[in-house]
Amino acid sequence: MGLFAELRDSISRVSASLFADDSEPKRIGIYGPPNAGKTTLANRIARDWTGDAVGPESHIPHETRRARRKENVEINRDGKTVNIDIVDTPGVTTKVDYSEFLEHDMEKDEAVRRSREATEGVAEAMHWLREDVDGVIYVLDSTEDPFTQVNTMLIGIIESRDLPVLILANKTDLEESNIQRVSNAFPQHETIPLSALEGENMDEVYEKIAEYFG
Amino acid sequence: MPETTSDDGPGDGVQIDLISAERMSGKTSMEKIRMILDGVRDGKIVVLEAGLTPDEESKLIEVTMSEINPDGFSGIEIESFPQSETSDTGLLGRLMGKQSTSKLTVVGPANQIQSLHKDETLISALVSRK
Repeated sequence: MGLFAELRDSISRVSASLFADDSEPKRIGIYGPPNAGKTTLANRIARDWTGDAVGPESHIPHETRRARRKENVEINRDGKTVNIDIVDTPGVTTKVDYSEFLEHDMEKDEAVRRSREATEGVAEAMHWLREDVDGVIYVLDSTEDPFTQVNTMLIGIIESRDLPVLILANKTDLEESNIQRVSNAFPQHETIPLSALEGENMDEVYEKIAEYFG
Repeated sequence: MPETTSDDGPGDGVQIDLISAERMSGKTSMEKIRMILDGVRDGKIVVLEAGLTPDEESKLIEVTMSEINPDGFSGIEIESFPQSETSDTGLLGRLMGKQSTSKLTVVGPANQIQSLHKDETLISALVSRK
């Protein structure tokens, strides 16, 4: 991108932040690889503050195949109120093979349909990231190696757009959880441990949401 | 400029295209993405001397997803070194049109390339025939 286009973008970004209406909810995208627990977290936040869920959870990868938005989630922390729209996004990957779904007792037609929807969902998630989110909660499964290309690329994309990002090391209820490994992978960011499934350490998560996105 | 790759196909072997930073420098984002995906869909391993910008990486994922089909192309495997903090361009650098892309990047068909090990200084991958 040339000098003037970059300059124009920077000016519009600065002026947008200067004149932003604080009463408008910020759109916070929940991103991460498949099966990191994004929907479980989105549901936990939505249930805690609105009483509703965002979408169905599953151990099958790519259960979330469309970005889902829960609007006007008002989080109160230490006298501070943060109004956000939660956008639960499909897990980002660079490959989708329908045969992986066959391992989950699906017929071929269903597996093909699901893989097609999954690819559309990932493309949609990337589009949201470039155009439509004001901040990111990046969810990682702390029992898995965080040092993957998809994670590196996505954090790089988020940083390049100057979006505030909160990294969550999820699934701390599992024995193999390794929070330090997640911290080491992204030392430039703070890592918050949690179990979205069990609701462990959600107080700190809400404090950080208020701090990062308020 | 003459094409450096053969259209005869890799035969029994695996073709590797090493693409210089110079060759990519004059291309638009979509031209770069098209060049990478055309090569990968032909079963080639594409090695970029200078990688893509974060924005181009995001578009590469998006375009890759739109081209996946159940009976043929299942996507890409991509590996590159993370950006070092010293190569990070600040606001001034970006205003001057600088992009920190100097990172070796390897892209291949998902069903032919498998990452074995990766850290800040080493990427080890297993490449198989189709």
